[in-house]
Formats: sequence, C-alpha cells, structure tokens
Amino acid sequence: MSNTSIIEKTAVELSKSLISKELSATEIAQAYLDQIDRVDHQVHAFLHRDDEDFISQAKASDARRAEGKTLGPLDGIPVGIKDVISVKGQPLTAASKILKDYISPYDATVITKLKEAGAVIGGRLNLDEFAMGSSTENSAYGPTRNPWDFDRVPGGSSGGSSAAVAAREAPLTLGSDTGGSIRQPASLCGVVGVKPTYGMVSRYGLAAFASSLDQIGPLSQTVEDAALLLEIISGHDPLDSTSYPIKVPNYTSALETSLEPCTLGLPKEFFGDGMDDEVRKAIEQTIEFYKGLGHKIVEVSLPTTDLAVPVYYVIATAEASSNLARYDGIRYTSRSAASTNAIDVYAKSRGEGFGEEVKRRCILGTYGLSSGYYDAYYLKAQKTRTLIREDFSRVFKKVDVILTPTSPTPAFKFGEKSNDPISMYLSDIYNISTNLAGLPALSVPCGFTKGGLPIGMQLIGQAFEESSLLSIAHAYDREHRYGCKAPSI
Amino acid sequence: MSDSESTPMDIDYASNLARIELTEQEREKFQDQLGDVLKYFEKLKDVDVEGVEPTAHAFSRFNVWDQDVAKEPFSVNQSTQNAPQSRNDQIVVPKVLED
Repeated sequence: MSNTSIIEKTAVELSKSLISKELSATEIAQAYLDQIDRVDHQVHAFLHRDDEDFISQAKASDARRAEGKTLGPLDGIPVGIKDVISVKGQPLTAASKILKDYISPYDATVITKLKEAGAVIGGRLNLDEFAMGSSTENSAYGPTRNPWDFDRVPGGSSGGSSAAVAAREAPLTLGSDTGGSIRQPASLCGVVGVKPTYGMVSRYGLAAFASSLDQIGPLSQTVEDAALLLEIISGHDPLDSTSYPIKVPNYTSALETSLEPCTLGLPKEFFGDGMDDEVRKAIEQTIEFYKGLGHKIVEVSLPTTDLAVPVYYVIATAEASSNLARYDGIRYTSRSAASTNAIDVYAKSRGEGFGEEVKRRCILGTYGLSSGYYDAYYLKAQKTRTLIREDFSRVFKKVDVILTPTSPTPAFKFGEKSNDPISMYLSDIYNISTNLAGLPALSVPCGFTKGGLPIGMQLIGQAFEESSLLSIAHAYDREHRYGCKAPSI
Repeated sequence: MSDSESTPMDIDYASNLARIELTEQEREKFQDQLGDVLKYFEKLKDVDVEGVEPTAHAFSRFNVWDQDVAKEPFSVNQSTQNAPQSRNDQIVVPKVLED
C-alpha cells in the first residue's frame, strides 16, 4: 500500500487494516515518519522526534499481534503528543526556553493508559509557550503553519496537535484545552477536537497552566476516531485529586446506537456581531442539516457571554502565576548565568527563560491576586464564574446540546493579532465559557470558505454527557467527513 | 474596582512580586498592554454578585484521600536529573546566607 493511502486513513480504518493484516504497525509508523520528513519543514508541527523509539514501539505492537496478544483497537496506531504532556525519558519543553533541557522523569496518566492500549506514542508537538496563546506564535521554537495556508496560523495553543492531524503527520494527537486550546486550532485546521468534562481525564503529568480549567483531549480526522481515543484516556485517577470518580461509558458503541430526536440550542449572544459571514453561512447549513434529521432547534440565551473573556483572563492568569512559580531556576529549569544571589536567580532565570506572553500573564495574575486587588479582580471573577455556570444550567433544562461556531473567523494571518493581546484573547470568545463551567465541548469541521480555509462548528454538552455529545456530532460528521479532506501540500 | 480604576498598574511592583525581571523595552510595552487589559476587566465592575458564592472548581471534590499505602518514591536521580546544577545527589543553589 502506498504511503499516501496509509496516511489518508482514519484511526478506525488503520485499526481495521491491522486486524485484516493488510498493514503492519511498522509500515504505518514508517509511512508517518516519511510524511513528517516530507512536510514538517514547512508545517513545523513537531518540536522533537524519536524515530528509533517510535519504530521500536511499532515493532513491539506487531510482535504482540503475531502472538495474538493485541491490546485493543489502538494497538499499533500512532498518537502525537502536545509538548506539555510527560512521556518518560522524552523532552518536555512546553515550547519554552526555560524547559529547553528538561526530560520527563515519569509518564502522565494519559500516556500510561495509551501504553497499556498499545498505542505508538511519538513526537512532541508545538504549542504556544505553556499553552498560553491562540496561534502558536508564542512558541519559543518558532510557529507552526496552517497546512491549508502556510501564511496563516494553525490556531492555538494546540496548534502543533491540530496541524499534525491536518497535514497527515499523525492520525491522532493529544492536546490540552484551558480556554479553547483544542477546539479553536481544530477548527482552524479542519479537524475534530474534543475538550472533555472537567475531571473526566486525569491531569497528572500535564504541565499545569490553569488547574481549574485545564483538560487533555483528542484531535483526529473524525468524531469516531476522537471517541476511540477519548475512551482510552478517560477515567478516574487517584493521582489527580480533581479527577472525577465516574465510570467511562463506551463512547464508540454509543455512536452506533440510533440517535433519538433531541433539542439543539442556539445562544443568541453568540450569533451577534464579529462573526465572519462565511462562518455564519456554514453554521446555518449545519443547523438545516440537523433540522432535516428531525432534531428541534431553539434559540436560547446565555446573558453572561460577554463576561466570560474577562473572567477567564482574571482566573486563568491568577492560577498560571501560581502554577508557573515552580519554574524558578533552581530545581528543573535553566538558570540564569547572570544571577548573583539566591533572590535574583528567580527573577533573572524567569526573565530570560519566559517569553513575552507568559511574562504578561504571570504579572497580570500576580497583580490580580495581590493585596488590595484580590477582591476586585479574583474574587469578583470567581463569583461571576458562578453566574456563567448558572446560565448554562438554566439552558440545559431546555436543550440537549448547544450549537455555535467554534471560532468567529477562519484562520488568521501571522502577525495579525500578535501585538494586541485583547484581540488575540477574543479569538477564543466562543470557547472559554465552557471551560469556566467545566462542560464538555467539541469542534467538528463543517465546511470551507471560498478561499479554501476550514470552518468548524462547536457543540457544547452537559457535564459528563460525552456519549450524547459525540453521538450528535457523529450524526453530522459521518455524512460530511470534512476532516477527511486533506490539504494539498 | 474602586481602588484599581484610577491608578494604572504599577508594573515594577507587580513584576517584582512575580519574580520576573523585565527589560526596559518590555516594561514600557507591558505597562500599556496590561493597562488595556485591566481596562477591559472593568466589564466586571458592574456585575451584581450580591449573595453569589464564588466558583473555584466547576465540580469541586472535597476530602480526597489517598490510600495509606507505601509506594515507591522517585529516586534521587529522578528528582535531581533536571536541576541546572547538582552535586553529590543534591541540587546546588546560590549562596543564601552572607559570610
């Protein structure tokens, strides 16, 4: 089988080819390595590769299969990893200079689960430094380019994870989503991305950005593939005290059961100004599609929508300022050679090691928590966060899922927003309220602009209702499969 | 936000608290940019949160205990392998006390 026909396959199709012995895991791994060699000098999705380790995992998978000891549907399937998730013995830079020499001493729980499932784990994928950004322009190692148009950003912060799937450099990847960081890049690169309910996937081994918001989730060509990967990585973990003790449903079999008619809500606040016309048109077509399937569409209201961005940036920066205090030039980061004593070693190492956006956010977060400002910023934001959650609770009494665009615009050009933090922050305006409310949400490709840029729709579900969320998304995706369309690169 | 409204952020104070040394150029740039962000945060000023409880986590869990079972801890090597300077299984730090 040619490389092109291998890398065009979805993870589910690859899995079937492995079962039928049409392909070996080693052939699959080699096809992806060849594709990375061919395109990644332009895409720059990968910060690090360990080809030897990658191939040896694939060979081990083939050996298991030959002995009839296959570990399940993911056995032999490559999964790329955002460079904030620990893989023992591999670098973890978080796209920051301060961690340029860091090697993970242990596996994140999601990696342990992937290893147990036989997945072939490979590649460290680019991101905005410490997952702070919406374009990967904040990576200390250079931006990732959007495979659909190299002059445009792939979105962020999981831009390497989304671009790798779009450029067919990996069938599946893991990203992390604190305020849209899986869904927005998925939308801009024309792939599927899922942010699970807060607590559904363990954060153990994820370099923390904002601990009350962060979740790890899958990116893939199809909803079916995302369901497969999500099923493997979900579940309670004693190593993460915020992990929720709930049984993981069988997402893939849930997709096969026929969908009962349900109610989709369109929040009127999301459909106001600022939405690109072509995005609006694509979303209107998805609405018509769901109507055609017999689902009910109703307008709903989330009055706190315009408060989500300021609430998010108060809370996320406050949590980040605390979490990133560990990068201190002492224990496991680079240390400034210019430091002269035990105090300036912190300030100098962090001043040299952090990029601009990380510095801005740590300073802002520290300020919001500081004496005299705590009540006005942090406490006020936490209380407003309660109002945002209550808005969703009210709406979910009437609807099963909420449908919105994932991003107000298709992929933007490099430099377009990088000097204006607020305009960059607003590119996640449709995504961040779900992190504040802890709800599951996903982005599914729903068409292209006339210029050939992907457009994504977002579906937001009720807490721990990933099964129905994925089923409703799958009903659209299996008929359209826009994520299976590859850019010509 | 009565306190913060009239005064722009004291960037030197905040960056010192955050233990981040800034270049002069960054200092000036951030002063403006963060001033704009704080202005943007004023949207929260008029929100009525009287009697509203703050949310720290969407689905808070309390009293999460670990099993009281001894586990294999990180080895010394695992703990120090990423330190910028180490010697004799210990992390070397700049001098803390004066001579």
